[in-house]
Amino acid sequence: MDLDALTGCLASSACLVTQTTSGFIIGMLLFLVAVGLTLIFGVLKVVNFSHGAFYMFGAYFAMTAYQFSGSFALAMLCGAAGTAILGLIFERVFMSRVYGADVLMQLLVCYAFVLIFDDVVRMIWGPEFKSMGMPAAFQVVPLFIAGGVVPPYYLLLIGVALAAAMILGLGLARTRIGKVIRAAAHNPGMVSALGINTGLIYGGVFALGGMLAGLAGALAAPVRSLTPGMGFSVLIESFIVTVIGGMGSILGALIGALLIGMIRSFGSLGFPLFTEGLMYLFMVIVLVSRPTGLFGKEVA
Amino acid sequence: MTRTRKPGVSRRATLAIMGAGAVSIATPFGTPWVARAQAKTIKIGMPTILSGRVAQLGTSSRNAVMLEIEKVNAAGGLAGRTIEMVIRDSKGQPQEAARVARELVNTDGCEILIDAEASSGAFAVHEVARDLGVLCLHTNSETSALTADPKQHIPNAFRTARQGVHDSIVGGSYAATIAKAKGLKKWATCSPDYAYGRDTTAEYVTYLKRFAPDIEIISESWPKLFQPDYTEVVTKILQARPQALYSCLWGGDLTSYIDQANIYALFSQMEVFAVNMADYTALTVVKNLPKGIHSGNRYIKTYPATPENAAWGDAYKAKYNEYPTNWSWENATAIMLLAEASKKANSADGKKIAEALRGLKIKSPFGADGTVTMRAEDQTLVGYAIGWGTTIPQEPYVPQVQAGDWKTIFELEAEWKKSKGYT
Repeated sequence: MDLDALTGCLASSACLVTQTTSGFIIGMLLFLVAVGLTLIFGVLKVVNFSHGAFYMFGAYFAMTAYQFSGSFALAMLCGAAGTAILGLIFERVFMSRVYGADVLMQLLVCYAFVLIFDDVVRMIWGPEFKSMGMPAAFQVVPLFIAGGVVPPYYLLLIGVALAAAMILGLGLARTRIGKVIRAAAHNPGMVSALGINTGLIYGGVFALGGMLAGLAGALAAPVRSLTPGMGFSVLIESFIVTVIGGMGSILGALIGALLIGMIRSFGSLGFPLFTEGLMYLFMVIVLVSRPTGLFGKEVA
Repeated sequence: MTRTRKPGVSRRATLAIMGAGAVSIATPFGTPWVARAQAKTIKIGMPTILSGRVAQLGTSSRNAVMLEIEKVNAAGGLAGRTIEMVIRDSKGQPQEAARVARELVNTDGCEILIDAEASSGAFAVHEVARDLGVLCLHTNSETSALTADPKQHIPNAFRTARQGVHDSIVGGSYAATIAKAKGLKKWATCSPDYAYGRDTTAEYVTYLKRFAPDIEIISESWPKLFQPDYTEVVTKILQARPQALYSCLWGGDLTSYIDQANIYALFSQMEVFAVNMADYTALTVVKNLPKGIHSGNRYIKTYPATPENAAWGDAYKAKYNEYPTNWSWENATAIMLLAEASKKANSADGKKIAEALRGLKIKSPFGADGTVTMRAEDQTLVGYAIGWGTTIPQEPYVPQVQAGDWKTIFELEAEWKKSKGYT
């Protein structure tokens, strides 16, 4: 434990700014993965254990697109669109067959695809780790805000993730499609009886979830190394986020992800040997005091 | 016509189980690999890691071995017997490595083992070699204790890899020189949180402080192995404001770390010493390699700067379309030593080769002076090229390497062994 470092940091604006943005970066990427997970659970009632694979595919798609085109924007687009299509196919061909099935069966199908997707990546891109590289536009000196260090790329990353969160939140709350999705989450039988194609909604929601994870992967690609199996560690943290925030709640995913980001960021100063443990400890506290998570009752 | 098998154990399976039982019962009494010693080909077994996150360890080890075996076979093999490699995946699990090693000897009839496991698996294979008495060459484990600890010593096991303590001595003395010249007093460390990271960092710091006693470690970070994000570690180091940073992160973890530290401009704020940087696995992957990272040589074809080394690196690249790794030269050395020892003993017999290996000095592209030696007393490789230099973002990546001095290494290694109670 190193409480002096932590209190010292809290007293200094430079450190506060640096660590807070660091927490935001970790949190916002985590949010993009976790929100897809929570959305799919909220509507489809399926815990998608293969969700990390979409994060991985997003990163690989972005890297490939970037290598061929040299355009960062196109790389992000390919990462997101590619995984959306993949999500749609995956849902329609495989997941839709196990909706009524036992949860163990769903788990088994998802786990099988974790392994299959990893091997697919290994076959296409090879088993070695890869790096996409930072686009030239972002290879600049970091900004100094109140003495704290903030890399411009991370500002973009936080901005894109926040925009995605707002579009998603508003879209679900204000648009007709959003209403139908919320209705389908609440009572799919009734929605179907009203003549709405629930299969299409399910496929769409799965594609949307996949797309968000893919976007997270694409945004992370310039700063994280790409390996088959890279989705797994992200998936575990995303589960912690959804458990803390409450399964099925978008706001919960956002708050949960930011909390985990801050715990990692400030925890590494104050409790360098217990940062991971702190995350789980926090999860346990939430689960004991609110078993449904912080925003568990609110169904998307 | 198809037949449906009834559930339960079939007659064939029963026979197979009985057969396997007979072999395992027979093993303690008669060693089957000796019985087959007169075959025309000689099988060499190689347990290694061919799948998972460190599959590159296995593939680049295998590639180097096959490159050398081709040459040896073209020149007549081991005492006239053609070498046949049997390479198996242990998936990086020690118990699997031990099982595979045992099976290679007992079932496949391998007469020699090339143990291309990482340290965790190497100790398991070592026990198998102890039990079966088969000649075993450890090629990838750099953990010093494997050969330094007399409890581990067996006459039939050798190491053809570099050694952690050698690296620490050379790295510590190199860093101390720079620290003194540039006045780097405040240091931070950032290494993966498992045995290798902890041990290597501790040894490095020991020698750094020995050569430059006024150095102070003001911040330590221990990210998890394979952690995807290092942002909190990067910012923590920035807060501590050290003058220099040591790291033994490797592979994908190192490249992630560099990418993430780069956008915080960390490399312009302190001197960075990353022992595992100068290996093509990392050098060729990082897109924006900062200039001036200090690194130990793992494998680069420009150090030692000899035509032999460059030719070897190019031949490997021509055949496999990628550059060799640190594991590649360590495995190639095993085959080179085997071939020479077999020639000297004029035999392919494991015991005779082992006898010839002790103290054997051979010409090598990887030698500090053009030769490497299998030291007789602890059966480990010495005299290999070892040095440190700074990176540039394009080939040759590390243009100038400052060679480590083997005389100093031997002195301090002897001292270290004494302090550990090994001698």
